[in-house]
Amino acid sequence: MRGRATGIWRLLGGDRDIGRAVPPTGFTARLTLLTAAAMAFLAVFALALSLASGRLAERWGTALAGSATVRVSAPEDQEGPQVDAALRILAQTPGVLAARALTEAEDQALLEPWFGPDLPLDALPIPRLIDVTLGDGFDAEGLRLRLRGEVPGATLDDHARWRAPLAEAAGRLRLLGMVATGLIALATAAMITLAAQAALAANAQVIRVMRQAGARDATIARAFVRRFTARAAGGALAGALLGTLAVALLPAAEEPGGFLAGLSFQGASWLVPLLVPPFAALVAFAATRAAAFATLRRTP
Amino acid sequence: MIELADVGYGYGGRRLFSGLSLALAPGAFHFLTGPSGAGKTTLLRLLSAELRATEGRVLLWGQDAGMMGRDEVALARRRIGVVPQDCQFLDHLSVAENVLLPLAVAGRRAEGEAHLPELLAWVGLAGQAQQRPPELSGGERQRAALARAVIAGPEVLLADEPTGNVDWEMSQRLLQLFVELNRMGTAVLVATHDMNLIRAAKSQASARVLRLRGGALQAAGADL
Repeated sequence: MRGRATGIWRLLGGDRDIGRAVPPTGFTARLTLLTAAAMAFLAVFALALSLASGRLAERWGTALAGSATVRVSAPEDQEGPQVDAALRILAQTPGVLAARALTEAEDQALLEPWFGPDLPLDALPIPRLIDVTLGDGFDAEGLRLRLRGEVPGATLDDHARWRAPLAEAAGRLRLLGMVATGLIALATAAMITLAAQAALAANAQVIRVMRQAGARDATIARAFVRRFTARAAGGALAGALLGTLAVALLPAAEEPGGFLAGLSFQGASWLVPLLVPPFAALVAFAATRAAAFATLRRTP
Repeated sequence: MIELADVGYGYGGRRLFSGLSLALAPGAFHFLTGPSGAGKTTLLRLLSAELRATEGRVLLWGQDAGMMGRDEVALARRRIGVVPQDCQFLDHLSVAENVLLPLAVAGRRAEGEAHLPELLAWVGLAGQAQQRPPELSGGERQRAALARAVIAGPEVLLADEPTGNVDWEMSQRLLQLFVELNRMGTAVLVATHDMNLIRAAKSQASARVLRLRGGALQAAGADL
């Protein structure tokens, strides 16, 4: 670890003359630049997906955990008294901040997306709904037992059965984003390794001349590592900037933008794409260093 | 300084030579001659530890090159100046940067920059410092390669056909540079086909002539 840190320090601080020993242009230079830019662009999207799904999970969890519904299904003549009894119990229950029975118009609005606007509510056995706002210290099981004893037609839905799969889905989305970021890093390392190997093969003359001049393997490797790290950082910076711009141009969460609505950074998370270029440079540093030493060890 | 002890070398099932012994002492001046394909370049590459002997031992300042670590070999090479047959420059760098390379890889570039103009003037390239190697003539390339070989003050100089692509006048000038270096204490070994060069050298310095022929190294006689 200390050796690697020293290597990075020397790469940043010294041996600029050695770095110049490797020709600055060529196919591998363009390949590294393009790969780093493309991968950084994709990495920004993967990070945005990961962060957005995290926020989504939190939002869903908070919204559902903060509310509950009491459904009252009773014969027509008992419906009103049972709703009143349930409201009375809710008013006495610790952790319940507010409870309100939905009006007929609100019931109608809830069912309209499925059955249309002309639904005859009076002719159908539609249960009455009570919207409950929850705070700290709410005991769902205690309330459920009390309702069962005192309001036989009432059923408490604390949204737990909705919350779990939604939280799981959001968690998987977040994991997907993280896996995608990891795969992008691996693909970047693989591409840069191949480019470095191609560059080392194409610059056999440079290696021979440097060896003849008395260069150690570490010095020769550093010349290549410096070039590749600089190219990868430059390409990744361009890719990250383009990716961030593309994310910024996506529809905002409040706009009707389908699934992608909300796939964006918020607040301080706009700084996260700035981590991509240094990370790409680190990946390039490690990949080129490993490739360079492996190649140099194979040659006399 | 550098010693070959019963050294042999072969590749692809072919043995190029075997049982070669040679000692390069401080201040020595050797010419290595022999027919094309005899292995002169290979012998020079063995002496600079660019190749590893398949038989025997190559000793670099008393250490067996075959047993040395890669870094140790690199450090030993800094004590050896090499003028390759094809010069081998980094064509994207200037002549000055190419000449300074042995010091740059040793982290001593700054100390070389101070006496670079003097060195380039010595080899007659004072006006070519900022040119790229492909812009130089054959003779200029040979002299630039010589300047690169000597800039770090090597104890041994190995030159492979340094006059192969230059006219008689230029070969005399290069010879003069080798003789001057040798007088300053550098051991010099020049591989060449050029018998006129060898005769001219023998009139100026106590050069020993070795002939590599049929896989054996012999001291050449008075026919030279």
